[in-house]
Amino acid sequence: MDSQAIDQILQKYDYGHSSIIAILQDLQEKENYLPEKDLDYVSERLSMPLTRIYRIATFYNAFSLTPRGKYLVNVCLGTACHVRGAARVLDRIKMYLGIDVGEMTKDKLFSLETVNCLGSCALGPIVVIGNEYHGQMTPAKVESTIKKYRKRSSRKKDEKD
Amino acid sequence: MITFTIDGYEVQAEAGQNVLEVALDKGFDIPHLCYHEALKPYGACRLCVAEVTSGKRTRLTTSCNYPVIEGISVQTSTEKVIRARKMVIELLLARCPDAPIVKDLAREYSVGRPRFTADNDDCILCGLCERVCREVVGPDAITFLGRGSSRKVGPPLEINPKTCIACGACVYICPTDCIKLKENEKERTIVRWGRTLPMKTCVVCGRSFAPWFQLEYFRKITEGIPKDFWDKCLDCR
Repeated sequence: MDSQAIDQILQKYDYGHSSIIAILQDLQEKENYLPEKDLDYVSERLSMPLTRIYRIATFYNAFSLTPRGKYLVNVCLGTACHVRGAARVLDRIKMYLGIDVGEMTKDKLFSLETVNCLGSCALGPIVVIGNEYHGQMTPAKVESTIKKYRKRSSRKKDEKD
Repeated sequence: MITFTIDGYEVQAEAGQNVLEVALDKGFDIPHLCYHEALKPYGACRLCVAEVTSGKRTRLTTSCNYPVIEGISVQTSTEKVIRARKMVIELLLARCPDAPIVKDLAREYSVGRPRFTADNDDCILCGLCERVCREVVGPDAITFLGRGSSRKVGPPLEINPKTCIACGACVYICPTDCIKLKENEKERTIVRWGRTLPMKTCVVCGRSFAPWFQLEYFRKITEGIPKDFWDKCLDCR
């Protein structure tokens, strides 16, 4: 991200050290992860030690220091989802995307992660892709669901062209 | 002055001191791994547990971050305390089976083989290195990373901290000696952090004595010291 965009975020929070989590969240919103040089820049502008920022960024699972795809696929492995077969759904997704948990597909479209409960247990097994929740997921539905996102992103690309 | 008792003996302390600090001062033996007199108490290792009676209530608490209060009574080696300490040692031993200081403690408290699956870590996460770097030296080069069972201490990005001056304070303070320092005429390396800095030679006697980057750091933070002070080694100053 360019430094102007980062400055805008910092200004929004009045360069407050106590707003660092909100700043990192906004930063991640733009890039889907926290790039090293952006964190360096934030540290410099806030005159906040880099160690503080990394301590926070590594503590929360919501923050990622490695690049993530356009769509984050989050599979819930909480108790309710687990007993309804979340592990099989996860296996199917891993196979279909050809990546393991914590990895990103080569086309930079999907990243796969797991979560321990989303609080929507009645919908389990639940898979979140981007900002959309897909409840009552089955291994059979995995392929068609993910394909929708493939199509959506290629359509967007066409529009741009 | 505040008066309270440790194991039945009456002791006096200044307001703002903590129980462990006073107890050690008066010669009571309380084991501790994460406490150092130069640093703020942290309460990470849980070895300094003691039973503190304040009013009608008695509870098990870490003495390193318990402030001295008028009239409290501290028990440093009741059955309950020893049991808690043994548990802590057993856990530490499972984590770091090869650390001499942990082995010594296990022998002293007759803790045998831990019930838990043995790990072979060398760091007990006491946080001394991280705190000495920030509180005493100042470069703030290392920190805790991650959380839970994957928590560890290291530089941001886990290698080569940009602000590290290779002073070796972390090497000195580490209770398990897991941070090593290597040095020759040309460079000094803090092995665990992957930080190597070139050495500077003394302008008078020509011996290499400290890393360049470290001396520049000192030059920047000190005032009223002659300019060439940091160019000479300890013997030539």
